[in-house]
Amino acid sequence: MLGRTLREASAALKQGQITPTELCQKCLSLIKKTKFLNAYITVSEEVALKQAEESEKRYKNGQSLGDLDGIPIAVKDNFSTSGIETTCASNMLKGYVPPYNATVVQKLLDQGALLMGKTNLDEFAMGSGSTDGIFGPVKNPWSYSKQYREKKKQNPHSKSGDSDWLITGGSSGGSAAAVSAFTCYAALGSDTGGSTRNPAAHCGLVGFKPSYGLVSRHGLIPLVNSMDVPGILTRCVDDAAMVLGVLAGHDPKDSTTIRDPVNKPLVLSSLADVSKLCIGIPKEYLVPELSSEIQSLWSRAADLFESQGAKVIEVSLPHTSYSIVCYHVLCTSEVASNMARFDGLQYGHRCDIDVSTEAMYAATRREGFNDVVRGRILSGNFFLLKENYENYFVKAQKVRRLIANDFVNAFNSGVDVLLTPTTLSEAVPYLEFIKEDNRTRSAQDDIFTQAVNMAGLPAVSIPVALSNQGLPIGLQFIGRAFDDQQLLTVAKWFEKQVQFPVIQLQELMDDCSAILENEKIASVSLKQ
Amino acid sequence: MSVHASPTLFMAVAVTAATAAHSDVITESRRSALRTDTLRGPRKEEMWARALWLGLRAPLGGPRGFTSKTDLQGSGRITAEVIEHLERLALVDFGSREAVARLEKAIAFADRLRALDTDGVEPMESVLEDRCLYLRSDNVVEGNCADELLQNSHRVVEEYFVAPPGNTPLPKLDEQEPFPHS
Repeated sequence: MLGRTLREASAALKQGQITPTELCQKCLSLIKKTKFLNAYITVSEEVALKQAEESEKRYKNGQSLGDLDGIPIAVKDNFSTSGIETTCASNMLKGYVPPYNATVVQKLLDQGALLMGKTNLDEFAMGSGSTDGIFGPVKNPWSYSKQYREKKKQNPHSKSGDSDWLITGGSSGGSAAAVSAFTCYAALGSDTGGSTRNPAAHCGLVGFKPSYGLVSRHGLIPLVNSMDVPGILTRCVDDAAMVLGVLAGHDPKDSTTIRDPVNKPLVLSSLADVSKLCIGIPKEYLVPELSSEIQSLWSRAADLFESQGAKVIEVSLPHTSYSIVCYHVLCTSEVASNMARFDGLQYGHRCDIDVSTEAMYAATRREGFNDVVRGRILSGNFFLLKENYENYFVKAQKVRRLIANDFVNAFNSGVDVLLTPTTLSEAVPYLEFIKEDNRTRSAQDDIFTQAVNMAGLPAVSIPVALSNQGLPIGLQFIGRAFDDQQLLTVAKWFEKQVQFPVIQLQELMDDCSAILENEKIASVSLKQ
Repeated sequence: MSVHASPTLFMAVAVTAATAAHSDVITESRRSALRTDTLRGPRKEEMWARALWLGLRAPLGGPRGFTSKTDLQGSGRITAEVIEHLERLALVDFGSREAVARLEKAIAFADRLRALDTDGVEPMESVLEDRCLYLRSDNVVEGNCADELLQNSHRVVEEYFVAPPGNTPLPKLDEQEPFPHS
């Protein structure tokens, strides 16, 4: 049951094959079994069971709220959840209990979803590995998959035991691990520079970043106001569309959400053929650091579209090489501003110094933030200094326009969807990842994903195939602004073509019959 | 992107020198910077003397903007002044010389933008710049949650958040140990 898609689970609930409480308890028990993954910071067991009880009543009375009623979901710990601790994996907010729900959380709860818990992340969503939070790093469930372990055994150089577990990618690593390990059907992440798509690619999931302005950011603890969006992590594209249908739409509490009407519910049509489609391949994304495996998969994907009748053309996004630099400047500058609210006075951590306000603020912030956050705040403040403002911040804003225009030009040349890699390589071992510092890693790993955030476009990472080491590799589709539905439709077609294998976590699942059921049903579900 | 590749100032080069006398140098220079009334002349020479003393062989072709900010070519110059200024603005301390080195690297990274010609390009603040911002009408529809909000604070008296006295600047550098946490 846990290996099914959201839609199947929903159908099962409606048909009475399983009750919300049973489903909830299965998920809770699996969460306990997979605790070593460190995907969850807070497991909201009582809340979830209570919600399950209410959902069950609704189903009994034939008054289910919709497709999400009774479905376990997880939420990244930088979304405010009323009554449930929200930490952003930082000492600064440890013990902080928000008095309100983020709009996206409220929307999910209004549809009857069960909140399993808050997932782990990099501190304040800064990072590309989910390794830098105070609750420790998140382990990639694929480290324990049969697919990976069998390949490892064949390698004479591999270490035995658990010491070379893999990172999930970041910063929504906890959400990705939670969905990938079947502890929930969907999870919310946030995406500022690729934080949803990166872990999705490393964990073999669909990671969707909506257009900026489509989904409300109210309640999402902000990192970069002009680029943040809530992201959706699921095991298949239809599930992501279903969740998007619930979340999208204007929110009076977030004035950066657009007021255009949104299709509700969002149902994706199945593309019969792709002959009217034009796929763009940005040539600047072919960088030397790209692993040859991913490059070959990218090329094969392009060939696949072409063989099925689509037009595949090379496009140019000339300012690509400056994109990551521009992102770095804008991100740190906005972070410097956004982190200023953490002073210990009204919420969050507060130090013991009482000499003066400034001394108290300084000590609180020193104790509350880790090196990564402090580094970004200081960098940001540097770029915002009067003497540097024009040369760095305003310059970066100008470069941002150039980058956004690149995309506009590409789409104006007749391209419907761009196809790029999501990451430079498959998931790496943690011990390998920590050899470089957070900023360097982010600059490397965000290379394909952050330009999309700067242009505010929708993008989705789709798992394509397993690497030679048995690890997932994803490819990214980028669409026009507010063309999220079309983007997902193309992604759905592609997903059906590639038939990405299900993760085999036999060692984690005690019940063999459950595994067989998962394999059968999960593989069937993708053949819609 | 190495620190040595970027035109370095005394401070940044000292950071990467990794000598035992390193911390003394930083302390000394920061203290001396504050003791002099003007930040020109004596301090510059003093810093130069130290640079030579450390045997640093960075290609410093002449005095590089230790003093006036207008001399700066725009890219990172992490002097003691800048450190103090940033720490004061951000109310976050560097904490270690690695942090200063990281900032130098970050600035060197950001300097790559210079190569791009952006003449005539308008800065982009938001991707939704072509749309109207929606604002709610100014009517109170929710609130009355003072109790809930006060619960999140560590120090509260009746309905007040309690702050320590303000208008007291942070202690000057020579009154405190630099990099206490390194």
